[in-house]
Amino acid sequence: MKTATLTMARSINEGLRRAMEEDPKVLIMGEDVGKLGGVFRVTDGLQKDFGEDRVIDTPLAESGIIGTAIGMAIRGYRPVCEIQFDGFVFPAANQIITQLAKMPMRSLGALRLPVVVRVPCGGGIGAVEHHSESPESYFTHTAGLRVMACANPLDAYTMIQQAIRLDDPVIFFEPKRRYWEKAEIDLGMDLREAWPVDRAKVVREGTDVTVLAYGPMVKTVLDAAAAAEGEGRSLEVVDLRSLNPLDTETVFRSVRKTGRCVVAHEAPTYSGFGAELAARITEHCFYSLEAPVLRACGFSTPYPPSRLEEHYLPDLDRVLDAVDRSFGW
Amino acid sequence: MSVKTHRQAVQGLLPALTPVRFVTEDGSPVKESADYAEPSAELLREAYRRMVLGRRFDTQATMLTKQGRLAVYPSSRGQEACQIAGVLALREDDWLFPTYRDSTALVTRGVDPVEVLTLLRGDWHCGYDPAATRTAPQCTPLATQLPHASGLAHALRSRGGDAVVMAFVGDGGTSEGDFHEALNFAAVFKAPVVFFVQNNKYAISVPLARQTAAPALAYKGVGYGVRSEQVDGNDLVAVLSVLTAAVEHARTGHGPFLVEAHTYRMDPHTNADDAGRYRDDAEVERWQGADPLARLETYLRGRDLLTDEDVASAREAAEAFAADLRTRMNLDPELDPLELFDHVYAEPTPQLREQRQMLAAELQAEKG
Repeated sequence: MKTATLTMARSINEGLRRAMEEDPKVLIMGEDVGKLGGVFRVTDGLQKDFGEDRVIDTPLAESGIIGTAIGMAIRGYRPVCEIQFDGFVFPAANQIITQLAKMPMRSLGALRLPVVVRVPCGGGIGAVEHHSESPESYFTHTAGLRVMACANPLDAYTMIQQAIRLDDPVIFFEPKRRYWEKAEIDLGMDLREAWPVDRAKVVREGTDVTVLAYGPMVKTVLDAAAAAEGEGRSLEVVDLRSLNPLDTETVFRSVRKTGRCVVAHEAPTYSGFGAELAARITEHCFYSLEAPVLRACGFSTPYPPSRLEEHYLPDLDRVLDAVDRSFGW
Repeated sequence: MSVKTHRQAVQGLLPALTPVRFVTEDGSPVKESADYAEPSAELLREAYRRMVLGRRFDTQATMLTKQGRLAVYPSSRGQEACQIAGVLALREDDWLFPTYRDSTALVTRGVDPVEVLTLLRGDWHCGYDPAATRTAPQCTPLATQLPHASGLAHALRSRGGDAVVMAFVGDGGTSEGDFHEALNFAAVFKAPVVFFVQNNKYAISVPLARQTAAPALAYKGVGYGVRSEQVDGNDLVAVLSVLTAAVEHARTGHGPFLVEAHTYRMDPHTNADDAGRYRDDAEVERWQGADPLARLETYLRGRDLLTDEDVASAREAAEAFAADLRTRMNLDPELDPLELFDHVYAEPTPQLREQRQMLAAELQAEKG
């Protein structure tokens, strides 16, 4: 065992390093990913060890990064693209949606595009505008993309490696306010023993209400569950990990057990991923539900400036309030 | 950098002040473009045969839309010098990134014409295997194929080979952001890609003057540090000679090359378009006089490189090709709607499997 206590950012770094060591076709592309190591230092030291041909500082152009990565993937590379901040993924949206997602299908599977697009996501770091977005629903709505979000350092370490090995394009969300959370990681672990990449995980067992979360909200919800326990309420917390495909089996099993469900995400409530979850749960767990599926999510406003973000972000109280409301039926 | 070396650097990128031309509109040779070598007689004769075939393919495809066999067809009639030269300049192991208007180029590349027309016929996939043919799917969102070309070219070079990439784009496509990003990436990476702009004067209805204020689209390359050239796009000899030089430039490690061909789309944007709303017949007639096929034929006959027999045999081959295409296109394609779900992911997701079952049940119910 080669264990180390690492932050989430460092865990992703180690995951990238291992993927690059194991497969010479794995490349990193993005803005400032080389010498600087990325603005969050996720690619720190990789250019020094793997060279400028494998850790590529690109011109400042997100569409060009994804488009070029598609071309390199056609020739057999497995590019890992870094989008510097969530709000800057939109210039690349055309390439991601019309090309990256669809080319495998348009070519009858002759062209597989194993491109990973890493997106630091979400708020809570006191940033300026366009640095705190949660754009996952745009991508879960697009056929052909896998969408996943890591919530803790161990998952970050394993999921990034699993994402790179997949033959599908992956939008990989990294909760930036959790980059500095630490955990002990076994760097030598056999990836085959890691939690399967498209399975959700029950991260806290409970009996009264299921709370579904992913990415940055998993920790918030776990804190809420700890607080609720003091008030005699038992929350079961499910970390979805993969949004597309979605592990409905784990979700339904939990909801059928507890009979109540709250969905928590930072993204705006309206047309958010929670709506998909609520619809599916209502359809498949209708007779087990004691209350409607409720949402504890962000507001449907533009993400506010840093002095107001604490009022925007769903926090422990908003989650517990939704839990309380679900007992009002 | 001294003023002198700076000036040399800029001049080394600049296109000719007027489009490179080897053959005048009436088919006689001009000798004003000594910078480029004229293609061999044998290659020109081959190009002629391909042009006759390409023209016939294109008119046949337009007819197939009128018969309801194709959902839509964007014709490249009048642009055959570009369509044929763009392919003949390439080796088999080079890559081609076409747009939706480049079906004739694909046929010239050797892709089965029924496969070429698959998407336009209303099917959901591109029809051919891009990896086997080294020809990317015909691209509909304008200019999005260009960054792919830059990336693939960079990858080819990284893997140590000397294959190159040819990326087609239209005049409208040069206004897209991806045109800029692709040229810039290719220049910075020194990627072996030739960007070939077929300036056919209209983006559907919008004339070139509304796309750009540049003296010519070829000048756009200079700002990126990309060697650029402009050529008479209806003069096959010129297009082929310039593209051959451009491909050689890329192949020998000198980075990307931008070529603008001045040509004209004789037909409407597609069969669904009414070109009479934005251009007058007199303009179309003027361009009729610059027809690339007639020009090449006159030129080759003038040089005793083409006989009546050659012409007859090229036309016969084209008719046989068109007849075979008609026969095969008149058979209704057998589509399996359930195939829709097969290639969205490497393995269908549970959510897709669920929807596949739903469609299967609907199909079963339709059968009764």
